[in-house]
Amino acid sequence: MPEQLLFAMEVTLNGLMAGVLYALVALGFVLIFKASGIFNYAQGVMALFAALTLVGIMDGQIPFAHIINAIFGTELHHFGWHVPALLAIILTAGVMVVFAWLVQKFIFSHLVNQEPIILFMATIGLAYFLEGVGDLMWGSDIKKLDVGLPQGINDWIDITTFEVFGYGFFIDNLDISATIVAIILVAALIIFSQYTKQGRALRAVADDHQAALSVGISLNFIWVLVWSIAGFVALVAGIMWGAKSGVQFSLSLIALKALPVLMLGGFTSIPGAIVGGLIIGVGEKLFEFLIGPMVGGATENWFAYVLALLFLVFRPQGLFGEKIIERV
Amino acid sequence: MFYRESGDFSTTYAEDNQTFPIKFDRYRYYAVLAVAFLVIPFIINDYWANAVFVPFLIYAIAAIGLNILTGYCGQVSLGTGGFMAVGAYAVYKLMTAFPEVSMLVHVPLAGLITAGVVTLFGLPSLRIKGFYLAVATLAAQFFLVWLFNKVPWFYNYSASGQISAPERDVIGIIITGPNTEAWAKYMICLIFVTLAALIARNLTRGSVGRKWMAIRDMDIAAEIIGVNPMMAKLTAFAVSGFFIGIAGALFFSVYLGAAEVGESFGIDKSFLVLFMVIIGGLGSIFGSFAGAAFMVLLPVFLKNVFVGLLGWPTDLAAHLQFIVSGGLIIVFLILEPHGLAQLWRLAKEKLRLWPFPH
Repeated sequence: MPEQLLFAMEVTLNGLMAGVLYALVALGFVLIFKASGIFNYAQGVMALFAALTLVGIMDGQIPFAHIINAIFGTELHHFGWHVPALLAIILTAGVMVVFAWLVQKFIFSHLVNQEPIILFMATIGLAYFLEGVGDLMWGSDIKKLDVGLPQGINDWIDITTFEVFGYGFFIDNLDISATIVAIILVAALIIFSQYTKQGRALRAVADDHQAALSVGISLNFIWVLVWSIAGFVALVAGIMWGAKSGVQFSLSLIALKALPVLMLGGFTSIPGAIVGGLIIGVGEKLFEFLIGPMVGGATENWFAYVLALLFLVFRPQGLFGEKIIERV
Repeated sequence: MFYRESGDFSTTYAEDNQTFPIKFDRYRYYAVLAVAFLVIPFIINDYWANAVFVPFLIYAIAAIGLNILTGYCGQVSLGTGGFMAVGAYAVYKLMTAFPEVSMLVHVPLAGLITAGVVTLFGLPSLRIKGFYLAVATLAAQFFLVWLFNKVPWFYNYSASGQISAPERDVIGIIITGPNTEAWAKYMICLIFVTLAALIARNLTRGSVGRKWMAIRDMDIAAEIIGVNPMMAKLTAFAVSGFFIGIAGALFFSVYLGAAEVGESFGIDKSFLVLFMVIIGGLGSIFGSFAGAAFMVLLPVFLKNVFVGLLGWPTDLAAHLQFIVSGGLIIVFLILEPHGLAQLWRLAKEKLRLWPFPH
């Protein structure tokens, strides 16, 4: 087999893995957008915040140490203990639930019935706020996140492909575990929304707020629930991205990468988020591999957007979005 | 009592059609202009020019531009940073290619070039709406920044990849480059702001503006009563691009002096200008000024409080600044979703009745 083709195959596989991570962020967007009509720009910052909190809890950092030191002249930094990863993840999930409750209570319950653009701006404000809080709580230095996921090249794939094609593929173990986690997460979400009472209530709210309200579903509770789930999805995404490239500010920028994924898949479709993520992941890696060298590289920054833009011109509601029906 | 429309009679059509038909508004406007042109240039110093006035005036132009697109025509754009970069690079290429031509020609030309580019990126708006369009404009943002980074022709093959403004003068007064006086920077921006605001005000209250607003309120209904949606949307993109291009050109040549595209015209700029428009008030020229003033003054104020007054480390102050500005934006949206312009409208209402509230 020609070498170019093998490279392309390897790039495609890696693109699929990257796409899974995009899909994870996009999933959080879709959940909130479906249930409350809020286009949550803060999803990426939520992932960053969750990852920062997780690292902070695991290392036993004292929250707000920096500002306490600045005010009182103390020298605080760590509690001096280490929390096991699993417990830390549960605690962080708890923090995200509290965060969801606060967001609903102090922000969005006051903004009910506002125009979508106002809600969107509020989430941008929230993103700034959360970014500041995250940095203030845990410090802004780049942190290493290690929750015990396997990392590095997968030897089995390397050896097998070498035997078959005479060229070993480089696939990161972390990407494989991310894929598995994402599949489990999506399966869990589907089971939750299909077979539990709260899940069905959530789908009812997503379908029609007023009808759901009239049969006795508490909108407030559902919104807190959906923000909590989105917070949990953000936590998972934060763990995966954090383990891959360290916990740092650029983590919040993956939210921007999730936007074209959403456009491609449709804002209201969970399968759309996943398929869109995979298409974008593969597309941008292949484009960078094939066309990138001709135009100076770094095409990954914009390719996803331009692809989504061109696609939307032909299908304005995305791949799986609800058909847009307009009436006067 | 202080603000009233009654007793203000127009006896000619020209009087009836003037930019500010109400006497009080008109005199207030003249007073502001008099202070801006006759008082501030003589007392301004470098700190006030660089930290407050020049960025305020330039952002005000950008905010007017975005307000025309988002506030008047209802097309949300997140590409403002990239569009400002088009203005900046256009003026840079013009300045270096035609050094003998006046800046007063180059800056509007850069605006026209930007208008063309923005119209091109506005084409998808004919098919896509709402948030889909907002995200689509992000494509412009990222693509343009990448383009200006990767194609050396745009930055004249300079080794650092930066662009820096050469020294240029208008009627003998240096307005760009490191030797510019504070008042000269201020004046050139003020002239452009005044013209931009005047044009924007008259466009938005004329037939073009009415068409934009019809499209914003309900595009299908507007189409049925005879507004051509293609023309209305594309003119909004073009006019908005013209203003944003001028803002970008001034931002680079007068304010920054040297710019690197990713840093100066990144996605943050897009959000900053959008914040100005929302906080100031969608669909209001006055709101664009108010929002720009608010967003320019806020960081200056916070920095002075945290670093100057409390003596905290600067990185801590930077984090707090994020928290406070994010929090303020949320508070603002909750308390007054129609922005500062709405507060002014309410104030007028109060002034009209004062001192008898009923």
